[in-house]
Amino acid sequence: MMENMLFGRYVPAESLLHRMDPRSKLLIIFFFVCIIFIANNGITYAFIAIYTFIMLTMSRIPARFLYKGLKPVIWLVIFTFLLQLFFTQQGTLLYRLGPVKIYEEGLKQGLFISLRFLFLILMTSLLTLTTTPIEITDGLESLLNPLKKVRFPVHEMALMMSIALRFIPTLMEETDKIMKAQMARGVEFSSGPLKERIKAVVPLLIPLFVSAFKRAEELAVAMEARGYRGGEGRTKYRQLSWKTADSLQLLVLIALTVLLMLFRS
Amino acid sequence: MDISLSHVEYRYQAKTPFERIAIQDVSIDIPSGTYMALIGHTGSGKSTVLQHLNALLQPTKGIVKIGDREIKSRQKNKSLKPVRQKVGIVFQFPEHQLFEETVEKDIIFGPMNFGVSEEEARKRARLALKHVGLGEEILTKSPFDLSGGQMRRVAIAGVLAMEPEVIVLDEPTAGLDPRGRKEIMDMFYSLHKERGLSTILVTHSMEDAARYADQIVIMQQGMVIKKGTPEEIFSDPIDLMKMGLDVPEVVRFQLMLEEKIGTHLGQIYLSIEELSMAVASLVSGGVRS
Amino acid sequence: MKKNPIVSLDHVSFQYEGHEQYALNNVTFDIYEGEWLAIVGHNGSGKSTMAKLLNGLQFPQQGEITVCGIPLNETSIWDIRRRIGMVFQNPDNQFVGTTVEDDVAFGLENYGVPREEMVQRVQDSLHKVKMDQLLHQEPHHLSGGQKQRVAIAGVMALRPSIIILDEATSMLDPRGRAEVLDSIRTLKSEKSLTVISITHDLEEAAKADRIIVMNKGKVFQEGTPDVIFAMDEQLIQLGLDIPFSVKMAKALGKQGIKLSKYYLSEEELVTELWTYRSHM
Repeated sequence: MMENMLFGRYVPAESLLHRMDPRSKLLIIFFFVCIIFIANNGITYAFIAIYTFIMLTMSRIPARFLYKGLKPVIWLVIFTFLLQLFFTQQGTLLYRLGPVKIYEEGLKQGLFISLRFLFLILMTSLLTLTTTPIEITDGLESLLNPLKKVRFPVHEMALMMSIALRFIPTLMEETDKIMKAQMARGVEFSSGPLKERIKAVVPLLIPLFVSAFKRAEELAVAMEARGYRGGEGRTKYRQLSWKTADSLQLLVLIALTVLLMLFRS
Repeated sequence: MDISLSHVEYRYQAKTPFERIAIQDVSIDIPSGTYMALIGHTGSGKSTVLQHLNALLQPTKGIVKIGDREIKSRQKNKSLKPVRQKVGIVFQFPEHQLFEETVEKDIIFGPMNFGVSEEEARKRARLALKHVGLGEEILTKSPFDLSGGQMRRVAIAGVLAMEPEVIVLDEPTAGLDPRGRKEIMDMFYSLHKERGLSTILVTHSMEDAARYADQIVIMQQGMVIKKGTPEEIFSDPIDLMKMGLDVPEVVRFQLMLEEKIGTHLGQIYLSIEELSMAVASLVSGGVRS
Repeated sequence: MKKNPIVSLDHVSFQYEGHEQYALNNVTFDIYEGEWLAIVGHNGSGKSTMAKLLNGLQFPQQGEITVCGIPLNETSIWDIRRRIGMVFQNPDNQFVGTTVEDDVAFGLENYGVPREEMVQRVQDSLHKVKMDQLLHQEPHHLSGGQKQRVAIAGVMALRPSIIILDEATSMLDPRGRAEVLDSIRTLKSEKSLTVISITHDLEEAAKADRIIVMNKGKVFQEGTPDVIFAMDEQLIQLGLDIPFSVKMAKALGKQGIKLSKYYLSEEELVTELWTYRSHM
């Protein structure tokens, strides 16, 4: 089941990106997503490409992970390219075969849009590849902290996210167990007519819900027994530390923005 | 129905960076009518073996034979239902699989999936309930209103009602109190004796293995490291303990006593009665010193 | 040992909503400072309800519970929960943190312990349960026994005077069970910890200082393992079992071997058989 889910999974490694503060990484990704739209010609796209390449190299994520992760989305990128290529009819005509006409603008747009798409995917997955989900949660909690003033439940939200993260593997395991148990009782999940297959989900979902509720109840009791009574007066064990590297990375991104502004057409 | 595994290997998430070998070169024969105990620590691969016994997993190497069906790697296995009907599995904490509105509906769910008529399934449900020691008044209740022990029994009844020829038990008594434990184990043993039901017990408990099984297979790190009758397996308890495995209390006690007294009793005893007789004659008469 | 009651139950009764029978019916007893008390009984005998009451997760309808001299009520529970640590049955459903260290820190965070001290305490308590090598490990990579040891570390980090094990070993394999009990034994020998273990494992109870047998919401019998195991067949009727050494001693008795006491641990029994033989 997990075989196709390599995309975006955290891959432990020793790298500058892994050690960076999740807050700076979140900010960088956020700004990157914005500034990528500034690029509109060959040279600006080259800047973006160089930046992305440097970031990927710095992450020390093995290339095969990136490749395997990209495999399912690469078709989407190619599809976007072809769509632009065939349906943009501006500029000089480059090639013609029967009804198929390829224009210069189409080629350009196709390349740019699919590249933008590719870089976005690479950079956002770089965030999840180098940052554990819990670090992302911590980063978000810290970045959203000012919202506490307007009574936004930042602590509760972060706690919910971290508990959800904690229980995802447990529930996956449980799903697998219940599926096997029902298969042993003659349920077929992956063959038979569609109607039967939909019906087969009931013996899986009900036990899963029952157990999730039981877990939630027991977890609440255990948390209470360990003195949990809301965010008030709590200290935090996990600490984020903003280092020089984080500031430098942001500066690099600002420099890139300036370059893009200067060289865009 | 005979089951055999020959040179079976299984890899989880094969061909991914997360690949992991769960079992390798596992060969086990389970002739019809056997009571076999499969023993090993958590992570020894015994639950992976269990899932091969009714084709829930397909080996990545080797052959699994279930009756006259052969399950091999890399082959499309269509309609495994007949296999699954003949091999019933009681998973650990089987009460987690209950889902119907009433106990009766839940028990007949399995048999009806295998094409048994509703009328026949209901008959079987009543019989199965009797086996697990519950009354018929429970049939109309919701399984979720029962006590933990009762839920366990209903889930077991659901597997029995499939009338399998082989029954596989994965720690069927985990979490039960001593009385519940004994009742369930005795029930499976009498089913095995009376109906000649092949039984495969996956367990941590050397006590249960020594008491009920006629064949024991011990697994460690994904491989079979020992197999034989209880007498053969426990004849060299020190070897077992060296491998980090438990031995039954009787055997452990015998070893302790032999060490203290400095004599050997000559053979390993697997029941308290036999051991007490041997010890009595040793300490009071010194017949065998 | 001077007997100082650290927990007292005074005519305590408790009934779950919608149930006719009392889960606990007029129960009175003391738990003494520094002892290892085993509370045994079959499933549904009221022993788990007891754990919930001691920790203020439920309140009795009648009677009073005092912990460390403080009467247990809605206002004192937070103070009391800090003194009574609790380890539950299911290893998964009490693991709150995403990693081992986070989970141990959870209780400390709740009580507002400063960060520097937290780091120290997390280290120390994980070291004591031999889990300090797995600080950053995620729960789904841990065995049941390891998770329970993390739970113990989480409790011990709050430095309680009492620890309750609510069937904490019943879902573990023999190895996990041994690991958990070893950890508790080490902790107990290092400080004046009071251990209350709620269990149906009689081998575990045999190693306690004192045993309370519960049945139908009442205290059925109370005493040292000697006294309790002398109940013999009565224990089996209550849905429990007798320890191996007692079964062995009984079987030897049938063979005409007279032993000095009714209950002997396995070691004691071996020694006694050894002396028996040398006297022949």
